[in-house]
Amino acid sequence: MTGVGDRPQAWRIGLAQIAPALGDVDRNVALHLRFVEQARSAGVDLLIFPELSLTGYNLQDLTAEVAMPASAPLLRKLSQAAGPMDVVVGFVEEDRDFRFYNSAAYLSGGSVVYCHRKAYLPTYGMFDEARYFAAGQRVAAFETRLGPMGLMICEDAWHASVPWLLAQDGAQTLIILSSGPGRGVLGPSLGSAETWYLLNRAYAHLFGVYVAYCNRYGFEDGVNFWGGSEVVDPFAAVVAQADQFSEDLVVAEVDPQVVRRSRTITPLHRDERLEIAWNELMRIRRRVWGEQA
Amino acid sequence: MNRSLSGGIVWYDRQGRSKLVDQFHINTDLVITILTSFIRAEVQKVGFQRAVLGLSGGVDSSVVAYLAARALGPGNVLGVLMPYRTSSPQSVADAGEVVRRTGIRHRTVDISPQIDAYFAGEPDASNLRRGNKMARERMSVLYDLSMAEKALVLGTSNKTELLLGYGTQFGDLASALNPLGDLYKTQVWQLAKALGVPPQIIEKPPSADLWPDQSDEGELGFSYRDVDQVLFLLVDCRLTPEQVQEWGFAPEFIARVQHLVRISQYKRRLPLIAKISQRSVGHDFRYLRDWGA
Repeated sequence: MTGVGDRPQAWRIGLAQIAPALGDVDRNVALHLRFVEQARSAGVDLLIFPELSLTGYNLQDLTAEVAMPASAPLLRKLSQAAGPMDVVVGFVEEDRDFRFYNSAAYLSGGSVVYCHRKAYLPTYGMFDEARYFAAGQRVAAFETRLGPMGLMICEDAWHASVPWLLAQDGAQTLIILSSGPGRGVLGPSLGSAETWYLLNRAYAHLFGVYVAYCNRYGFEDGVNFWGGSEVVDPFAAVVAQADQFSEDLVVAEVDPQVVRRSRTITPLHRDERLEIAWNELMRIRRRVWGEQA
Repeated sequence: MNRSLSGGIVWYDRQGRSKLVDQFHINTDLVITILTSFIRAEVQKVGFQRAVLGLSGGVDSSVVAYLAARALGPGNVLGVLMPYRTSSPQSVADAGEVVRRTGIRHRTVDISPQIDAYFAGEPDASNLRRGNKMARERMSVLYDLSMAEKALVLGTSNKTELLLGYGTQFGDLASALNPLGDLYKTQVWQLAKALGVPPQIIEKPPSADLWPDQSDEGELGFSYRDVDQVLFLLVDCRLTPEQVQEWGFAPEFIARVQHLVRISQYKRRLPLIAKISQRSVGHDFRYLRDWGA
C-alpha cells in the first residue's frame, strides 16, 4: 500500500488455513477461490496459503502428475481472481530441466512477483521429500507493493540461517508456508505447536520482523495437520492466531511503524555484524571442507 | 539425573532441563480432538457418513465407540456384538452398557453356528486356532455389515498390541481406520476415563475372551504397565536395550519384548509382492490411500 509521504502504512495480512485435497488441483483451486473471496470482503491486502496448497502434501508419485511451471496460466488466473489483493500459494514447480520443486509463488497484479523453492527438504522420520523434490538453491528477500518480504517453506524455518539471511536481505515480513504434522500429546499443548510458536516468536523478536505462519489443516492417511496459523509482531506478541484442527481464515494488521519502533527500542538489526558472520563462515567452511574449498 | 519408574520417565525440555514426563498422562482433550477429527475426516473423505465396529465389552472397543459417536453422531455408528457361546456374559453386558450410554445403534450376531460347524471337521484344533478363527469370523461379519451399511470398519487395536503382535492377522487387526493404533494400553485406560467409559470396563482385567478365563497379562506373562514403559523407551525414545536396563528393567524382559516386536513385524505389513516388472505395487507404485480423496 502506498504510504503518505515516505512513511509506509499499515496493511492487512490474511492466513488461509485450508485443508487441501491430495492430488486434486481443480478442487483445490475452487477452495482457494472461496478463501480469496472471503479475504477480499475482509479487506485483506495479502493472503497466504499453506505449503503445497494447490496439491496437498504427501504426494509421492503424484508429484510429477500435479507439477506446473511458475509461468502456468493457472497461477496468473488465481492472481487475477484476487484482483488488487496479493496472494501466496504453494505448488509443485517444474523447471525446464524437468526437476520438481516444493515452491511458493508470490502473486500480484496478475503475475508471479517471486517464486521461492524450498531449500531444506526433510527426509527423515515421517518425511521423504528429497525422494520426490529437488532442493532450492536460493534464499533471498524481494520487494512487493507492501514492502520487503521473505518466503520460507516449513523445514526452511527449522534452519536458523534462512530467516536470518532473509532479515539481513531486508525482509520485514517473514512468511512461512507450512504443512506441519501434529504430534506429541504428553504436554499441556500439542508438541508441534509448542515448537512452531517458539520459533515464530524467536525469529520475530530477534530479527525485528513480522512472522506470518500459515499451516494447513486436514488429514492425509492418518497424519493430522494441526492448523494454528499465526501472525507474530516484532515484539513477539501474537497479533492473530487461527483455531487448531479446523479450517480458518485470520486477518491481522502489519504495521511498518511497529517494525520501526521495535528496531528503535532494540536495534539488533542495526547492530548485526555481517563481517563477523562472513569471516567465521569462511573459516568454518575451510575447517569442514578443507583448504581447497 | 532424576528418574522415576513408577509410571514416569525423565524427559528433557527445550531448555535442556530434565523434567518428569509421565507417558501415561496424555493430554486427553487434545487426543480426543485429534481422534474425532481423524474419524470424521477419513470417513467423509471416501464419501461415507457411517462406521461399524465390533463391541467386545472391553476397554479398547468401548473407547472407539465413544470416539466414533462423538465424531459421526451416535446414529451413524453401528456397534456389533459377536459373542461365541463360551464368551463371558459380563462381556456382553458391558458391551450393552456402552451401547446404552453412547446411544449408538447395535446388532448382535452370534458366531457360534459357523465356528462350531467349521471345527466339527477339525476336532483337535488348539485354543489358539479356535481363537484366531473367531477373530477372523468377526472381521468377516464386520466387513459384510459395512457393505450393507455403506460404512467403514473401525479397528480397535492399540499400540501395545500392534507392537507385540498380540492380535490375529486379518482378524481383529483388520480394519479401515484404527484410531487407537498410536496409543499404548495404559494410555487407552486414561482416555477411557476422560470419555466417561464405565469404570467396570476400565478396571476389569484385559482379555481377548477367546476362551474362558483368558487374560492378556496372564498370557503375555507381564503387565501392560511394565511393557508399555519398555516399549515407550525402546520405540518412542529410541533408547538402546542397555539404556532401558538403566531404568530398572531386567535384561531378559527387555530381550523378550524386543523379540516379540521383531517376530511380529509381518503382522504390521501387507503381503510381500515378488518384484518382477519396472513398477510394482508394494514397491515403487507410491501413492497414499487418500489419493484423490
